[in-house]
Amino acid sequence: MESTEQPRSVSGSMQSPRSPPSQPYLSVSVTDPVKLGNGVQSYISYRVVTKTNFPEYQGPEKIVIRRYSDFVWLRDRLSEKFKGIFIPPLPEKSAVEKFRFSAEFIEMRRAALDIFVNRIALHPELQQSEDLRTFLQADEETMERFRFQETGIFMKKPADLMQMFRDVQSKVSDAVLGKEKPVEETTPEYEKLKHYIFELENHLAEAQKHAYRLVKRHRELGQSLLDFGKAVKLLGACEGEPTGKAFSDLGTKSELLSIKLQKEAQQVLMNFEEPLKDYVRYVQSIKATIAERGTAFRQHCELAETTKLKEINLDKLMLTRSDKVGEAEIEYRETKAESEEATRRFEMIVRRMNEEIVRFQEEKTEEMGVAFHQFAKGQARLANGIADAWRALLPKLESASSV
Amino acid sequence: MMGSENADGFEETQLNAPRDEMENLVLGVDDDGPLKKNDVNGDSSNSGYRSAMSTLSNMNDPLSPPPTVITPADSDPLLAPSSFTDFRSIVTKPNTSDNSYIEPPSYADVIFSPFDENSDSEINGAEDSSNRSQSPDSLSRSPSSSSSEYFKITVSSPQKEQDTSNSIVPGGNTYITYQITTRTNLPDFGPSESSVRRRFRDVVTLADRLAESYRGFCIPPRPDKSVVESQVMQKQEFVEQRRVALEKYLRRLSAHPVIRNSDELKVFLQVQGKLPLPMTTDVASRMLDGAVKLPKQLFGEGGASAVPVHEVVQPARGGRDLLRLFKELRQSVSNDWGGAKPPVVEEDKEFLEKKEKMHDLEQQIINASQQAESLVKAQQDMGETMGELGLTFIKLTKFENEEAIFNSQRTRATDMKNLATAGVKASRFYRELNSQTVKHLDTLHEYLGMMMAVQGAFADRSSALLTVQTLLSELSSLQARAEKLEAASSKVFGGDKSRIRKIEELKETIKVTEDAKNVAIREYERIKENNRSEVERLDRERRADFMNMMKGFVVNQVGYAEKISNVWAKVAEETSQYDREKQSS
Repeated sequence: MESTEQPRSVSGSMQSPRSPPSQPYLSVSVTDPVKLGNGVQSYISYRVVTKTNFPEYQGPEKIVIRRYSDFVWLRDRLSEKFKGIFIPPLPEKSAVEKFRFSAEFIEMRRAALDIFVNRIALHPELQQSEDLRTFLQADEETMERFRFQETGIFMKKPADLMQMFRDVQSKVSDAVLGKEKPVEETTPEYEKLKHYIFELENHLAEAQKHAYRLVKRHRELGQSLLDFGKAVKLLGACEGEPTGKAFSDLGTKSELLSIKLQKEAQQVLMNFEEPLKDYVRYVQSIKATIAERGTAFRQHCELAETTKLKEINLDKLMLTRSDKVGEAEIEYRETKAESEEATRRFEMIVRRMNEEIVRFQEEKTEEMGVAFHQFAKGQARLANGIADAWRALLPKLESASSV
Repeated sequence: MMGSENADGFEETQLNAPRDEMENLVLGVDDDGPLKKNDVNGDSSNSGYRSAMSTLSNMNDPLSPPPTVITPADSDPLLAPSSFTDFRSIVTKPNTSDNSYIEPPSYADVIFSPFDENSDSEINGAEDSSNRSQSPDSLSRSPSSSSSEYFKITVSSPQKEQDTSNSIVPGGNTYITYQITTRTNLPDFGPSESSVRRRFRDVVTLADRLAESYRGFCIPPRPDKSVVESQVMQKQEFVEQRRVALEKYLRRLSAHPVIRNSDELKVFLQVQGKLPLPMTTDVASRMLDGAVKLPKQLFGEGGASAVPVHEVVQPARGGRDLLRLFKELRQSVSNDWGGAKPPVVEEDKEFLEKKEKMHDLEQQIINASQQAESLVKAQQDMGETMGELGLTFIKLTKFENEEAIFNSQRTRATDMKNLATAGVKASRFYRELNSQTVKHLDTLHEYLGMMMAVQGAFADRSSALLTVQTLLSELSSLQARAEKLEAASSKVFGGDKSRIRKIEELKETIKVTEDAKNVAIREYERIKENNRSEVERLDRERRADFMNMMKGFVVNQVGYAEKISNVWAKVAEETSQYDREKQSS
């Protein structure tokens, strides 16, 4: 999250101890979830703390209050403006009312939001985004205004609207002309990538499912140990010594282990299942980018074709020395410009995606490595705890049975 | 375990090959065919908990002879509450040959020894020594039996046979017989090995006869007669379950220090040919006989109204003497309604307390047994899910390796493979842990059966007491009648011939009844003593068995927790480059 530390400069310049003198940094943390509002309208707000030396920012530190829909706004803005980049995924909006405010859920969401913002802050292109600056710095009222405007048509620029219109148009004309199949990229590398992404999602979803079940199993085992411990203690109460005491000790140990298991269940949920879920979301974000690329490709193809047609038309008109030549020429130039723009957009997406894929793979290897490591450590620790607890009981049992 | 031994043998051999494949896969060979779920878990996960299982005890050698040996019942008909019947069916077949490739941790030897020896005894026969002389179903206790005693009963090869005699329906009754093989070196038993064929009805007879002869004893309850719902279970399954239940029952009988020497058991185990039908099989005919006798008793033909002395030693219920039945019933009602309290009431109070305690104990054993069942299920689930997780990651590993363009993918694939391997190993350990846990906690189940036996013993005492009380009150009313008659006849001058005759008859009846009362009291005392010594023996044995159970359970938990911990520690080591806690931030 933060750039590597460097020792304070000898000149004793007044800089925050965490910030190296000259390297740019932008670090964000999402903290302190607080429940606000009443009843159905209640929601959680988070404290977002930004520390930076970017010149575009208002100062070295800023604190704002944000809620989930603000994060959604940011994600949507970035998706629009940075096509081709895999926008970091957001945690799901939980529909179940009861669960929405459980401590566990809130903590998991906070952690996920923290990761979300930091991924943006660390991305070389995304970190330059104006919307990010707004998100990190605007006061709450301004933020709210931005948020409300997001969903409307009002924010769309005229060029975007025209493009939307043309998309519809081309779809209609395709249908009319019998061109049912949309135009698609078919390079083998891209095909391979698409196939990989789609397959990957399936595999990961399955892994996540089992990880979640594993969490449940921990809880169930914990519960059954608790019940078993209680039952055994009751049984011990019926028996005379030394069996009675032995049962009582056994029961107590069992109850103790039940607690360990519940704790581990939570750890597995947060440190193993959640990263897997995040992985799945990330892949879904990539799928969205693939869709964008497809759209951009289609536009690039169609506009290129339209340009060609207009050129042919223009030539025709020029030959017949029609007085419509002027008009046609203007049209032609406009279309050509649009076509070139579409091609540029498409190529940017391709370029970005190529870089993003490399990043994605590396990040994921790192993140999953951490998750695996923590999981393994947790399981080892749990098993050790169990072994130690039971082992401690053995001398007592031995001495009891030799009586 | 769907019944036939063939199925088991097949399943076992099937286990070995895929596992090797599996391990190759896991250790990095990238070839391999389609991954089957079976490879990891050894079973299809559909088999679930309700499927019958086998060879929990066959921990060592997957190539050992097919199970005619210890196979704990899938559902033990001995246990009345049906919720327990799934207790042992919870564990699906363990992968038994794991011992060969896992380095034993500190508790490995201790974990495996108590039960290993028992399975070995199947194969090694008479080598079995000292404590194992009791049936392996009952756990070894501190040596109470003399050394080198050996008494082993096996029930096998169920066969269909035809009932040729008095069959109304052509094609007649068919029934199943089982081969019962006894190996023993006890001196009282004739040959050291004998084999007979018996049907279930013979077992019922045996149980009834033992109940008659050993009143006051805690006699292990026999398997239920009840037939299982035919929709739920195939005939084959039922027969197999019954076979297992019979074996358990006979072994328990042979474990009882007194009953093992009974004539009834000896005859059952050793006499060739069909056993004769008992007199008292048929409730209807018994009632019929009793009904015939009743008028004679009521209209007082001499001693017919007195209880024949030899019958006094049997409970009224189930006998032919309806009159006695009525009398005892009347007596028990009058007891309940606070009629004249017979002198034995003091001891009764102590007895009632003991009975109460036993009842409490039974409740707690039931409860503990249920929770043990849940625990076993939870352990099983954990193992299964862990295995599925491992399998999923193996698939992911394969996938990443196949599609890898970047090195980061290959690295990730390696990491996932390490995790997956550990998951699969841990899964196996959980399942092994569980099958051992089942064996240990099974003791709770065993004692539920024994609690029923205790109830039986207590019931014997109660009914013997009732007989005594009935006779006492009858005696007193007879005497009162005699007194009245004498008083009346003394008023008649010169004697009242008819009254005097009546008095004579009455005095005779009184004498017979007096004798019967004495016999009944002796019987009652005898049963009381049997109760006492049996309960004491049972308490002692139960405590020892429970201690062993706890030790075994705990040792087991420790051993496997260590193994599982090692597995994960290895992965933590392999992924140590990702340790964020160590790195300075």
